Amino acid sequence: MSHEQVEAETDDKVRCDACPVTCYIRRGMAGACDRYANRDGKLVRVDPHVLLERTMERGGSVVPFSRNASEWAGAILPEDSVFVTAIGAGTTYPDYKPAPFIVSSEVDGVDMVTVVTEGIFSYCGVKVKVDTDRYLGPEQATVRSEGEAVGHVTTGEYGSQMLSLGGVHHLTGGSKKEGRVTCDALLNLSNRRPVELTVDGGVTILVEAGASPIINGVREERMRVGCGSATIGMFAKQWLGHVDEVVVVDDHITGVLSEHQAGKLLDIPPTGVKMKGRRSTPGRYFQVAEPGTGWGGTNISDPLSILGPFNPKEARPGLTMLMVSTTGEHYGFYRLDEALRPIESELPEPLRLSVERIQENCEPALSTVMFMGGAGGSLRAGVTENPVRLTRSVKDALTRVTCGGAPAYVWPGGGITFMVDVTRLPANSFGYVPTPALVAPIEFTMRLSDYAALGGHMDHVRPLSALTQGDARHVRQIDGNPWPVRPSERLKA
Amino acid sequence: MDGAQRAQVCFLPDGRRLHLQDGPIDLIIEAAGAPVVVEAAYRAAATRFRLVLNELCAELPGLRTPATPRPRPFRGPVARRMEAAVAPYAADAFITPMAAVAGGVADEILAAMRSAAGDSLARVCVNNGGDIALHLAPGEATTIGLVSRPDRPALFARARLAAGDRIGGIATSGAPGRSFSLGIADAVTILASCAAEADAAATVVANAVDLPGDPRVERRPAWNLQPDSDLGDRLVTRAVAPLDPESIATALDRGLVAARSLVARGMIVAAALHLQGVTRIASADSGLMALEARDDVTMLRERLDA
Repeated sequence: MSHEQVEAETDDKVRCDACPVTCYIRRGMAGACDRYANRDGKLVRVDPHVLLERTMERGGSVVPFSRNASEWAGAILPEDSVFVTAIGAGTTYPDYKPAPFIVSSEVDGVDMVTVVTEGIFSYCGVKVKVDTDRYLGPEQATVRSEGEAVGHVTTGEYGSQMLSLGGVHHLTGGSKKEGRVTCDALLNLSNRRPVELTVDGGVTILVEAGASPIINGVREERMRVGCGSATIGMFAKQWLGHVDEVVVVDDHITGVLSEHQAGKLLDIPPTGVKMKGRRSTPGRYFQVAEPGTGWGGTNISDPLSILGPFNPKEARPGLTMLMVSTTGEHYGFYRLDEALRPIESELPEPLRLSVERIQENCEPALSTVMFMGGAGGSLRAGVTENPVRLTRSVKDALTRVTCGGAPAYVWPGGGITFMVDVTRLPANSFGYVPTPALVAPIEFTMRLSDYAALGGHMDHVRPLSALTQGDARHVRQIDGNPWPVRPSERLKA
Repeated sequence: MDGAQRAQVCFLPDGRRLHLQDGPIDLIIEAAGAPVVVEAAYRAAATRFRLVLNELCAELPGLRTPATPRPRPFRGPVARRMEAAVAPYAADAFITPMAAVAGGVADEILAAMRSAAGDSLARVCVNNGGDIALHLAPGEATTIGLVSRPDRPALFARARLAAGDRIGGIATSGAPGRSFSLGIADAVTILASCAAEADAAATVVANAVDLPGDPRVERRPAWNLQPDSDLGDRLVTRAVAPLDPESIATALDRGLVAARSLVARGMIVAAALHLQGVTRIASADSGLMALEARDDVTMLRERLDA
């Protein structure tokens, strides 16, 4: 808050009682200390506002809002253990005004400054990674929330299906309702609340950051251990001597032990098994079935449906075969009868262990949500009078970008487009404005001298000690996040 | 609530500098000397500090009214320092003791530290938001960097101070700062025998750097911004548009006349005036202040801390 902040000609003055100067403060102005202000006729601190406390403990509690001065008199947190996040910091408007909090602190003997603001992101969205081989819907299919288009299915990644939601076209390019629903979905996903999505020509899925996806009402427990071919490679030796043939059913690449390079190297003889689908290389088959939510991400519930008749020249009665999905959730053990037909029978103990081993090697399936936004010209102007210098400083690794104290990945190329794992932020870090757009915290941390060099608002820099008293909400640092203000070698250089 | 409960007393993380804060007063203090002496000085600073704001506020109405050439008998020692510093200007211009409040507090704390530690402190710097009370023991020296605008940090001048220079105060005033100015200077930095005198002189000289009636200067009545400002309905500078070189020279020359007069009367030792990239210096000792043109922000910290 500064004297510049108001031009409203109103008469709602307040008398500040925080100290004996008892400043008479006009609406929108701050008192002599710049710590208390008149906001809409009420005396406020320029808080409340989240300070991240560095600690080795987890799950720390929140210190309640308090204006009782005796609770904070004389108390100060060491500068290197508190980081001022942008959560609750507010924004400035118009954009050229300095960011609401520009905080200096000394860390490892280096004077650091963190520019703290909440950005309004019209250009933003979330990338959702759903750990599943199940078919969610065709690539490019529209993803809907409450019937409105909010995004689409994008390219599949290893063991996962990707959804791309939000973005400027859904937020502001469609109908008013489409924008509002998209904003709601993004906000809820970013704040780690579950959101039900439907895919055109595909499934209904409940997505919640950090939790297992629920696909058509069924909770997805595990990721596949690998594709069918990889699974053959991983477990071939453990099957040797216990079974004649293994088929690992997978929507992408179904593996066949006796034909696979791994089987050949172990001198496993041909079994006369006949796969449907398109053979890629020996022992590796594409498109054995349609994609779906059955075995190994296919649409099948009976694995034998992907087999043709056994070749009588190689097969023999009594030959044994294990069919298993890439997660070990589905499996069947078969023995050929006199007519070379596979008959299901009880799974022998050594094979049961190998199926359990596959299950054990499957990681828990999660939905993960990455918030992605671009810090445009306007937000950067609150940091420096010459916005492009901030971009360059970020690219040169002189300035670190964090989002609510969480590490952010900044895309190479132009602008400051960043991604952050929403589970790394304190709860409910995101907000929205009815534009519609999301409000996300963003902090830029750099050496004080670098901030000066890029044309920063130096007259708005204030020491951390000025903020650590009073009404801020203190939260523990989230386990595993690097400490945002520690100067890296690059930042120190 | 009394100041003992309210005031913040702590060290900065470097473990060297003491930070004292109470209401609008923020002090960064650095003392050099034998550890036991420094500790005693810091203790004295904290003890004295806890009472200062209450003392000032008790006499605030009087301190906000114009000074007279004959100092009024204020009770508080800081108030008396403020009144003494502004009284010499009272005959010629409007000035209240508030023009010297930052310097007066810095001087008072420095005095408390020196009386507790005797003469064994090598060097003390009490920085009150950029207004600094300074003590240098014989043989000690220090360098001060002058920054015109903290948002465009480049040293425009540098002063090399030694014990024999009899400079005990450095203060800066200007339109972009936290307190209001009637003039348009970006920064006027004064070297004087104590911080209160430097503070009062900086206010007076900064007010003199002006282009009266110029439409490129945006002004507002002070009460319109701060209802209880001691400046009442006087017009204070809000913004200055880019000026042509002639106008900059005109404004600076007005300030320079005021500064030279103060130097000639022995009220200050030196002044550096800065407006939109142009610097003028008035100094009793021409070697004291050196103009700089380098981009060096290391000294900036001293002003940002407060």
